[in-house]
Amino acid sequence: MEPFDPAELPELLKLYYRRLFPYAQYYRWLNYGGVVKNYFQHREFSFTLKDDIYIRYQSFNNQSDLEKEMQKMNPYKIDIGAVYSHRPNQHNTVKLGAFQAQEKELVFDIDMTDYDDVRRCCSSADICSKCWTLMTMAIRIIDRALKEDFGFKHRLWVYSGRRGVHCWVCDESVRKLSSAVRSGIVEYLSLVKGGQDVKKKVHLSENVHPFVRKSISIIKKYFEGYALVGQDILENKESWDKILALVPETMHNDLQQNFQKHHSSLQRWEYLKKAASQCPSNIKNEKCGPWLEWEIMLQYCFPRLDINVSKGINHLLKSPFSVHPKTGRISVPIDLQKVDQFDPFAVPTISSICHELDAIFTSEAEKEENQAESDIKHRTRDYKKTSLAPYVKVFEQFLENLDKSRKGELLKKSDLQKDF
Amino acid sequence: MEFSGVKRRKPWLIGDQRKASYPHSLQFYLQPPSENISLIEFENLAIDRLKLLKSVENLGVSYVKGTELYQSKLEAEIRRLKFSYRESLEDEYEPRRKDHISHFILRLAYCQSEDLRRWFIQQEMDLLRFRFSILPKDKIQSFLQDSHLHFEAISEEEKNLREQEIIASSTSLGGPKLELEYVYKIPFADALDLFRGRKVYLENGFAYVPLKDIVAIILNEFRAKLSKALALTARSLPAVQSDERLQPLLNHLSHSYIGQDYSIQGNAGKISLDQIDSLSTKSFPPCMRQLHKALRENHHLRHGGRMQYGLFLKGIGLTLEQALQFWKQEFIKGKMDPDKFDKGYSYNIRHSFGKEGKRTDYTPFSCLKIILTNPPSQGDYHGCPFRHSDPELLKQKLQSYKITPGGISQILDLVKGTHYQVACQKYFEMTHNSRDPDLDNRRLLTACPVLGMYALPTMPTVGTIFKDIVLREQCVVETAWMVYMTGRRITENDDMNRGEKETESQSLESSVNERKRPGGQWMSVIMTFPVNILLFLYILLAQCRG
Repeated sequence: MEPFDPAELPELLKLYYRRLFPYAQYYRWLNYGGVVKNYFQHREFSFTLKDDIYIRYQSFNNQSDLEKEMQKMNPYKIDIGAVYSHRPNQHNTVKLGAFQAQEKELVFDIDMTDYDDVRRCCSSADICSKCWTLMTMAIRIIDRALKEDFGFKHRLWVYSGRRGVHCWVCDESVRKLSSAVRSGIVEYLSLVKGGQDVKKKVHLSENVHPFVRKSISIIKKYFEGYALVGQDILENKESWDKILALVPETMHNDLQQNFQKHHSSLQRWEYLKKAASQCPSNIKNEKCGPWLEWEIMLQYCFPRLDINVSKGINHLLKSPFSVHPKTGRISVPIDLQKVDQFDPFAVPTISSICHELDAIFTSEAEKEENQAESDIKHRTRDYKKTSLAPYVKVFEQFLENLDKSRKGELLKKSDLQKDF
Repeated sequence: MEFSGVKRRKPWLIGDQRKASYPHSLQFYLQPPSENISLIEFENLAIDRLKLLKSVENLGVSYVKGTELYQSKLEAEIRRLKFSYRESLEDEYEPRRKDHISHFILRLAYCQSEDLRRWFIQQEMDLLRFRFSILPKDKIQSFLQDSHLHFEAISEEEKNLREQEIIASSTSLGGPKLELEYVYKIPFADALDLFRGRKVYLENGFAYVPLKDIVAIILNEFRAKLSKALALTARSLPAVQSDERLQPLLNHLSHSYIGQDYSIQGNAGKISLDQIDSLSTKSFPPCMRQLHKALRENHHLRHGGRMQYGLFLKGIGLTLEQALQFWKQEFIKGKMDPDKFDKGYSYNIRHSFGKEGKRTDYTPFSCLKIILTNPPSQGDYHGCPFRHSDPELLKQKLQSYKITPGGISQILDLVKGTHYQVACQKYFEMTHNSRDPDLDNRRLLTACPVLGMYALPTMPTVGTIFKDIVLREQCVVETAWMVYMTGRRITENDDMNRGEKETESQSLESSVNERKRPGGQWMSVIMTFPVNILLFLYILLAQCRG
């Protein structure tokens, strides 16, 4: 892959926005079938331009308007906001208080930095293949809940470009949800609680809610490979002391001694499980048995969500297919069928796909004669010939499902109208 | 609602008709009253309900809601004020009618700002929760039906399919007794208070709620309906205000309360930046103390911390210029580029002072907000230490603050019982011992806005302050009423309050005209409580009648 140089961004973005950005699909998404008048026109976008210039309340009339503006301004970053009561680019003309955010997708942002206390391989903005499993688990757990518990059908998961993933829930009813309900959903999905001050961040009650139980079974599939082998969380005294902080004091001596005798995290974990099941749970507020094991697994593996991203209807979130200015990676959709195989380091960067495009273009330009004609033809096929193609396909599948749903709803409505 | 100056003729409903108009001891206030009442009754009803809601608020802070003590005290208060609460053999028509009409009157007063609405909704919800808790089970179904809440119970087979899940989710169910319970299938968004705490089983967008948990849902419905109704009322208020008899009343309502928790303008520019370090250890509540310390140590705070601490500093009197200087100085120590600060952070500071964007002059977070929302995670220092810290670490912190071991164990007990605000109150009592007789001349600033107080050095204990305020307010309500009734001004000889030099009526009047005045300090504090709205209407009436 072509190495990415941030200094080249202006040139690369020019090419990207002229030839590669999937405008048609993008518009198809945000227009939502044109069922609601002005839905796209009232949508806020924000652009971050060169030199950190940030402009909010951008809005566009249609796909071609969007294209023209993006090509003109060459944004380094694009964020998507809410659908407002009026066109955002005219918000200053609206009477005070009348300009309101009305609808938006339910979004989630899972950031690897929030796991710094439990990953040993990297910290802050760094990620590696070892800790990426945290994202895989997070996607599986959250997606299952959104689908099976809440009944949400249209969920788009996107790689953020550097150290995390985003989820966009686009069901019609979901876009109308209030801030309070969004907060409630995040609360439902939260188990890891506490900041620097708190050592033990997960406390399970005796009654284990089905959501927690199902999340634990998902984690179980990955725990050995991720935590015991990859992260090696019981590797040495320094690392297993952190686990002991989560375990009742009465067990510490026994565990310390026996950990010394064992030779791998795997063995030590087995021992811990056995010790936990044997310890008498008569001490107030201290749990033993399987709860202890689960609490540790959850603290090390369960997803950590940022409630502020999800609860505000007017919150702006990075757009899919936006470029990450520091890594050059494109924010691509993640194929849920292949989530275990997703490799963030294999995600195309803007330099790599521009490079691919150049290579194709030079060879094809020799065949085409009419420049204008080839321009249009190219635009519809360009991304298809780069490594961006499979990701656009995932996006298109998502859009297909949205369309199907919409048709189903319209049919239902018209059926009802025919019946008296 | 029509008002007549003529002596009212009570509508003569007989027996069954009276029962039929108010079939339940509680209601959702879906229909406004349609009878004529006199202005006098109008005011009486409003005052009584206000007293009731104020009691609800006080009891809610002093006792744990739902405990026997709380329930019995609340019941006594309701009975004392002659409102309805329980099914009984007696004729319940009068108390239920009073309940109905007074609620709608207070809607007029409390629809006018976000803060007022929030307060009103909170107390009405607590009241409804209490009444529902003493409703007999067999009456629940009919009450629900009459309130237009259509909760469908699911069939036996559907229940059996999900038995395990429902039992595992609902903490209110003890053991496998599902056959005896009704279970209702409700869209998940209608069961917010249940699903957010994972207290109910969710499947495919529906919550499966046993009868016992229906209360939470009902309260949610109530809150939503009341919230909408208040918004509508606010919009139609101008029409009501055009009625000349109500104009002075309602005019005063909309002008005397400016919708802030406490008089920020009165405080601006009163502390200097170099005072902050010492204030932080002597007078800040522990949540702000910890934020200040983290800021000094790390030369940085994350967003949650900046919001909580920044707004607090504004509340205690930092001007915008001071705030900008304060944050910038500290961030620069952390090797931040001054330009980056100007670009990234100063906009937000100016925004929180109401100088950017939609120009809302944000008020500091209340304790409830800090405790209930936005819990801190890795790298955060905001939140409430009593709520969000590990008990062990909290203990160490309190020890380092030199709290006595006895005090620490009291505090930890309160924390265990989830009485975080009472724990903070206790912390205050432990750290501030002296009672300053020179109270009037001290500025009282706010940091724990439930109480509306935080003290500068050498202030009386918060417990005493709180009691003083409650007493004062009760006195003030009584006083204002007396002034109204008798047209007489209270003199210094009246023993209405405990040793304050200034007279009640003087301070009330002076506050009507002017918010800030030396010696008028107590009033600026009392102004913060929503009860003041109607207080001033009575003063005005008193003055009109001479």
